[in-house]
Amino acid sequence: MIEVEGLTKRYGPTLAVNDVSFTVQKGEILGFLGPNGAGKTTTMRVITGFLFPTSGRVRVAGFDVGTESLEAKKHIGYLPETPPVYPDMTVSEYLAFAARIKGVARGDIKKRVGDVSERCAIGDVQRRQIGKLSKGYRQRVGLAQALVHSPDVLILDEPTAGLDPKQIIETRELIKSFAGDHTVILSTHILPEVSKTCQRVLVISGGQVVAEGAPDELVRRLQGYEDIVLIVEGPAPEIIDKLQRITGVNVVEPREAAGTQVTLEVHAEKGHDVRADLAQTVVESGWKLFELKTGGLSLEDIFLKLTTKDLSEAQESAPSPALDIS
Amino acid sequence: MRNTLAIAGRELRAYFHSPIAYLIIAAYSVVCGFFFYNITAEYVVESFRMQSMGGGMGMPSMSINEIIIRSLFEGVLTVVLLFLIPLITMRLYAEEKRSGTIELLLTSPLTDFQIIMGKFLGAFALYAILIVITFLYVGILFIYGNPAAKPLLAVALGILLFGAALLALGMWISTFTKNQIIAGGVSFGVFLLLYVFNWVSAYSTSPMGRILAYLSLTTHFDNFAKGVIELKDLIYYLSVIALGLFLTARSVEALKGRAS
Ligand SMILES: Nc1ncnc2c1ncn2[C@@H]1O[C@H](COP(=O)(O)OP(=O)(O)O)[C@@H](O)[C@H]1O
Ligand SMILES: [Mg+2]
Repeated sequence: MIEVEGLTKRYGPTLAVNDVSFTVQKGEILGFLGPNGAGKTTTMRVITGFLFPTSGRVRVAGFDVGTESLEAKKHIGYLPETPPVYPDMTVSEYLAFAARIKGVARGDIKKRVGDVSERCAIGDVQRRQIGKLSKGYRQRVGLAQALVHSPDVLILDEPTAGLDPKQIIETRELIKSFAGDHTVILSTHILPEVSKTCQRVLVISGGQVVAEGAPDELVRRLQGYEDIVLIVEGPAPEIIDKLQRITGVNVVEPREAAGTQVTLEVHAEKGHDVRADLAQTVVESGWKLFELKTGGLSLEDIFLKLTTKDLSEAQESAPSPALDIS
Repeated sequence: MRNTLAIAGRELRAYFHSPIAYLIIAAYSVVCGFFFYNITAEYVVESFRMQSMGGGMGMPSMSINEIIIRSLFEGVLTVVLLFLIPLITMRLYAEEKRSGTIELLLTSPLTDFQIIMGKFLGAFALYAILIVITFLYVGILFIYGNPAAKPLLAVALGILLFGAALLALGMWISTFTKNQIIAGGVSFGVFLLLYVFNWVSAYSTSPMGRILAYLSLTTHFDNFAKGVIELKDLIYYLSVIALGLFLTARSVEALKGRAS
């Protein structure tokens, strides 16, 4: 339904999106995950035809956004980062206007506005001025606007940003209800968001796709990279040397030394649980084990790790098993 | 067409949803009324004086059209409009860029031309209201005097073209910034410059002076004000309007990141 091919976008000297390619199947919900400045908004703006790409091609519902933009745009509903609402209009005036410029037939406008208002739970504020609505309501008016012409494709840029927890849950439920009828791309810089809403995730960093996969698969594979922290009393070089020889241990790095105690970070191979071996080796060598814990990275830590890398690291690590999820 | 009208309708409504339309209409009505009264009063006094001196003829030797209409439109209103038109055009694109609604417009299945024409027509509709008000004043002359009606059509056409040209240029300028005040200020500066070209040309007969005179927005209004429609003036204003619309289209393309 959406095909992006070698998309590159520069703003003057800034390379915002660098050779991004992916496709989205009909009915799928795809998440763009990445920190601020990763290039999510820019990618979405090119898909929706708001920006021209520097190079690359985008097809939506079979239409080239560059050369058949009017046809492509008829199939796209777009909720930008800030809802594109006119504060001076009432909700119903605004939605009727949006429906008109998106080509909804004159006779259907009233019904469509009613339908999307009901769907987005804004039926009770139809006659209110948008400028006087809360952030949560404005966001839903923006969502209703994106839906008003029954587009096949929905592009939602940070749809839950700035909402309170209750509104966030409601909005996620709403988005999930779009799956099947609509093909959805949503962006977020919050990891749990994608695992709760999306079927597939593209992790974007520095304008590139650095990982791709189902959210739980992504998390599991990344967590398979075992991190263990040890605090031991004894001669550091010898300890490191000995621990390194345990099967399954990849690297042992000293983190800090306080008096006679050393803190070590152990990275084990995927799927190897080396904790028991570590404890046994330390004790049998006559050293004192003070602490042994898994570095149990939270989802956010993994995410940070994944996307705080600079471009060269990301390129290096992309083919490694830990990151090559697709 | 339907899309263009949808945009135009929204623009016009936006003017009246904010104080700006009322402010412009009120300011214009007062200023226009003030000058209309003064010019007319002066004319009446003058013509009585001429009558009592010249006697005999029974008719004022100065025509109402020549004196009142021409001084009102050419001497006063063109200048007043230099101030007011930036207030109409400053928000056209700047406000959409500031609020982010430009993303709605540019991602809807509309051509840039439909959006530009819609905005232009919306602004022009508000401007036309000002001109209608002007002619309500002028209508008073028909009650007390006997002005020639046909030249008035030329004046009306001229002032509409004059305004439309400024509206198109002002719209172009408002594509460059998110800040309405800057858009309005720069537009006023540019309009003033185009107006001042006229003075330069009055002192200079060099080719440069003639070019500036040709470019001046007001020199081309002169014939219209006299009640004469000249093809070259018509072409001038239509070209400026087309240029303004074209430059707006170029600038919108550039906003989308196509360096053309
Ligand atoms: N209009 C613009 N002009 C110049 N640079 C921009 C513009 N928009 C975004 N950028 C830059 O492009 C990069 C990607 O931005 P963006 O797509 O907004 O990222 P995200 O949505 O992931 O936060 C950032 O470095 C940002 O500073
Ligand atoms: Mg963004």
